[in-house]
Parts: sequence; C-alpha cells; structure tokens
Amino acid sequence: MSEAFEPILLRRVGKPNNTSIDTYMADGGYNGLKKALAMQPDEVTQTVIKSNLRGRGGAGFHTGSKWMFLPKGYTGPIYLCINGDESEPGTFNNRVIIEEDPHQVLEGIVIAGYATRATTAYFYLRYEYGRCYRTLQKAIDEMYAKNFLGKNILGSGYSLDIHLHRGACAYICGEETGLIESLEGKRAWPRIKPPFPAIEGAFRRPTIVNNVETLACVTNILDRGPEWFQTIGVPKDPNNPRDAGSYGSKLYCISGHVNKPGLVELPLGITARQLIDQHAGGVWKDRKAKAVVPGGISMGFLSADELDTPLDFNGPGRAGCLGLGTAAVIVIDDHTSMVDVLYNTCRFFAHESCGQCTPCREGTAWSAKILHRIRQGEGTMEDLQKLDDISKTIGTIPGTTICGLADGAAWPIKNALQKFRPEFEEFIRSGRKSEMREVVLAH
Amino acid sequence: MSVLSEGLRQKIRDHFSRYPNKQAVTLPALHLVQQELKCVPTEAVEEVAELLDLAPAQIFDTLSFYGFFRDEDRPLGKKRVWICRSLPCMLRGGDQLLAEVCEKLHVSPGDTTPNGEVTIELAECLGACDGAPCILIDDELKLNVSVEDVLRLAGEGHE
Ligand SMILES: Cc1cc2nc3c(=O)[nH]c(=O)nc-3n(C[C@H](O)[C@H](O)[C@H](O)COP(=O)(O)O)c2cc1C
Ligand code: SF4
Ligand code: FES
Repeated sequence: MSEAFEPILLRRVGKPNNTSIDTYMADGGYNGLKKALAMQPDEVTQTVIKSNLRGRGGAGFHTGSKWMFLPKGYTGPIYLCINGDESEPGTFNNRVIIEEDPHQVLEGIVIAGYATRATTAYFYLRYEYGRCYRTLQKAIDEMYAKNFLGKNILGSGYSLDIHLHRGACAYICGEETGLIESLEGKRAWPRIKPPFPAIEGAFRRPTIVNNVETLACVTNILDRGPEWFQTIGVPKDPNNPRDAGSYGSKLYCISGHVNKPGLVELPLGITARQLIDQHAGGVWKDRKAKAVVPGGISMGFLSADELDTPLDFNGPGRAGCLGLGTAAVIVIDDHTSMVDVLYNTCRFFAHESCGQCTPCREGTAWSAKILHRIRQGEGTMEDLQKLDDISKTIGTIPGTTICGLADGAAWPIKNALQKFRPEFEEFIRSGRKSEMREVVLAH
Repeated sequence: MSVLSEGLRQKIRDHFSRYPNKQAVTLPALHLVQQELKCVPTEAVEEVAELLDLAPAQIFDTLSFYGFFRDEDRPLGKKRVWICRSLPCMLRGGDQLLAEVCEKLHVSPGDTTPNGEVTIELAECLGACDGAPCILIDDELKLNVSVEDVLRLAGEGHE
C-alpha cells in the first residue's frame, strides 16, 4: 500500500474557524494571489497552461487553453462565471470546499479574474447550498475589507467584484450556456455552440466559465508552481500526442452502498476498487459491488469486473463509460436491481431535460416511461430494443442535440444494456414487479 | 395597492448595480418575492416587470421554467421540506423516507399540510449524498435523516 496522500484542497477541513480570512492567511492563504499580481496576466495564464490543469466540472477541458480563447486586446467588459450549480447526482465536493475553506476558492477566482482580465465575476450557486451562500457572503465581505476585492486590488491596478447569484433548482443551469442564460434572467436553455462563451458569453460579452474545484486548484498552482502540480497524478500518454494527462489531485465523492460515504482527495488515477476498499470502508453489509458509477450518473456504469479501472480522465472511457465526469463514485451492491437503478437515472433526466431539442425531450421521457412499464412487470423484449435505439440516437455525440445532458441520459442506458442485459431480460421474462416504492407528484 | 412593499422594491433595486442590465435581476427578484409572500402572485409578476423595465410575459417565461416558484393558488407552507430521491439517496432509503413522510402527513409531494405548516417536495440530488438519505429545509441541508427526524424538523413531530 502506498503512503497516505497529504490532502491539498481539503487540508483545512475540520479546522477551527477555517472559514475566516485570518486563519486562512495564517495558513499561508493569499500567497498565490500575491504571486500572481506580481506577474503579467499572460504569465499567470502561461503558468496554468504549464500545469496542464484540466477542468473539474465534468468535461476535463484544459483550463489554460480555455482562457487563451478570449479575444486578444478586447477592451469591453469580460466576465468570469463560477459554476457552483453542482447538481450531478452523486456530487458534493464543491459544497464541502465552500463550506470548509471558502477563501481557497475565492482566491482562485481573483487569480483567474486577473489572468483573464475579467471585470466582474458572477458566482452562480445552486439555491440548495444556503449555508455555502452565507459562508461565501461573509468571506467576500472580509476580502473587500482587506482589499483582496474591489478597486485597485493590493495596489496592482486590477479591480474586481464578485457577485453571488443563486439558482432555482434546475440541473440544466450547470451546463455553461444554460448557466449564462439563467444568469441573464431567462429560462436556462443552453445555447448552440459556436460561438463559445469565451467569444460571446454572458451579456454577449467574452466569458469564462470555470468550476469551483478548478479554481481551488488554480490557487494552489500559483502558490506552489506548475512543476509541483505535475508531480501528482497520471502523466501524459507518450503514445498519444493528444493526451493532456491527468495531473493533480481530485476530490472523489463516494456514496451509495459503502460503509463510509464521504469526500476524499487523492491523486488522479486511483482505481474504483482502491477507493471503495481503502477509503470508503468497503461495500456495506459484507456484500459485493454489482455496479459502480464512476463520475456522476451521466457517466454510466462500471461492472464488477471493471473495478480496477483508474479514475483519471482516460480510464472510465476505456471501460465504455462516458468519462470521468465529476468523479462522483456511486456504489451499487449485489442486492439491488439494475432495473430500479436505471429507472432512477432515466426519471432524473426526463425531469431535468430543458425540452428544447426534440430527441432529448422525447428520448428522456420515453426511456423513463419504458422503464416504468418494465418495473410494473409489463415490459417486453422489444422495449429493450427501443431503449437501445434511444441511447444511440440522442446527444451531442450522435449530433442530434444542443447540449450534453442527452449524452448523459443515454450513457447509463447504453452501459446497462451492454453490461447487465441478462438481468433486464430475466426481469421482463419473470413478469415480476419492482419491490421499490414510488411516490408520484400530486399534480 | 401594490403587493410588493416599498422595502421589497428597494431590496430588488439594490441588485441593479451588480449587472449590466435589469433583466438579470429577474431571479434575485423572484427569490425575494417568494421569500416574503410564500408565492409569486400574478400582480407581483406585473410589478416586478415594471421595476425591471420588462414585459410581464418575460418574467413569467423565466418563472415558469423553474419549478421552484409557486403562484397564488399554491402558496408554500411555513416550511418547505425537500426529500431527495436521486440515485445515491434511493440506494440508502430515500424513496422509502419520502413515502413514509407523505403517509404520516397525509400529503402527496407538492402539497402543504392543511394547517399550513409544511410543504413537502420531491427533490433531485441535493448535493449531500455523503449523508444519504438527506433533505433540505428551506435552504439548509440535513444529512442522514430518519422519518422521525423529518417530522420533528418540519415541526410536525407527534409529541
Ligand atoms: C447537463 C450538464 C450539466 C452540467 N453541470 C455542471 C455543474 O453543475 N457544475 C460544473 O462545474 N459543470 C457542469 N457542467 C459542465 C459545464 O458545462 C462546463 O464544462 C464547466 O463548468 C466548465 O468548468 P471547468 O472547465 O472548470 O470544468 C455541466 C454540463 C452539462 C452538459
Ligand atoms: S440536449 Fe436536452 S437539456 Fe440539452 S439543450 Fe437539448 S433539450 Fe435541453
Ligand atoms: S442523491 Fe440525494 S443528495 Fe445526492
């Protein structure tokens, strides 16, 4: 067994008064910002490029490259949006770092703002995170008092305001252009891309959208340097020139049927099995894992034979999953019916589809209806064929929808049919009904 | 008579300087209204529209997209309790919790108890799966809850 990993992003969790600016600074906080302000903005971007940091919000996009997409020499306003909508089932890492160490995130926002020459930052926070909202508001007030925000930050000539903006309980507001529409006061209908937000985003101005955890990584990269960041995680694949590697540590959320659900920080590349056995107390009730979600339900399922898959940016894809996603690992034990599990994911996406693309709106609604029918003991083998058709035709990968929600809806279906088909066939043949209770809306 | 008090109007106007246009104040304004009135009545939609220099239809379009807002026919109870039913909570008894709470309170999700105390809602992942099953009361998460906990926290415990 390897030595215990010394947490970076989670190093201040559980410490007394960890949300106050004084304890944060006593622990070395805001050194990254001071170092950044001593550089030119472009040098800060270069530092982030060199670190090979990839976005933690789900898509794994190279952070520094995204910042480079901003138009050069633009003189109008540039916006930075912080994506704190965190709604992918299984995911709670943004909540924990905000509640336990808000300044680490806020420092990263000012650094990113400086590098991108952003004039205003909008922190889009899901409504459910009321405690985060109050913690952040207090921390932001402390920053203004110390001139880490506001006009001419620490005499650098750079000015920035951060405004908190609360969502209203809709998953699609996490998709970056849905977020922008929602921020603008409209329904959160994702936009057709291109143009990408870096060219035309919030209020039709160049905009960068980054996840909360990504920005916390930026803080540490500026403080400790890009070389340090690259000592952690999985290096680039020398045989694949397009691989950007999986550098840094990752906040892995572990939930479901384990003895110790929770958040752990580990170098990218830990396997699902190691996570479950060494960091989550193993599968509960002495049972075995039947399936494991590698990164939020949109990513699909690993089967019991695939638990040695490394959870880096490439591993889940090699096992037929959509990707690493949010690294939210959900463990499903061998007493659970995959029919119930798949119904739950299909119902989720049917509920959360914004409805503007026909394949997504109809495909998610029908897949939930079909699974419901199967659960009632009224499914047929043809239903499995219909599910298969839906899973192969909706999404940005087949090219039929505007955003990736539909790919996320398709993947659990696809993986369930590939990896657990006999269980579905047996269930349908038996004519059994699901034993799970279901409560429906009154209206 | 307007439904929005002067205090509430001022709180809405206080948001104007944060955004390049007034339309962006739509969500903050709707939150403020619902917090105070327990719903967003039609008159309030019209008054918010006037404050933000928008057509009422624009406010209504946004409001109706988010299942979060209630019209005057279905105002919220004193407390709003959201019970999570997404996969990690389901795996640890979320559906059972929801079913039992609804049974005990004789309500369906979306309903408010007849005494106006509590509205029960179904939620998708609340971002607290480390404490599944979990609930949200107004905007505070409560982790690892039992049926008794929910009834007590909702002020509906049977002492
Ligand atoms: C349906 C959908 C939901 C998403 N939800 C979130 C979310 O809650 N938080 C997040 O950071 N990114 C989410 N994303 C990804 C964002 O679109 C975007 O890629 C990300 O915020 C970029 O930040 P990063 O590069 O720092 O990861 C979602 C994407 C899709 C398609
Ligand atoms: S894919 Fe689905 S969620 Fe995304 S824009 Fe289209 S309808 Fe909306
Ligand atoms: S599934 Fe219930 S909080 Fe995530």
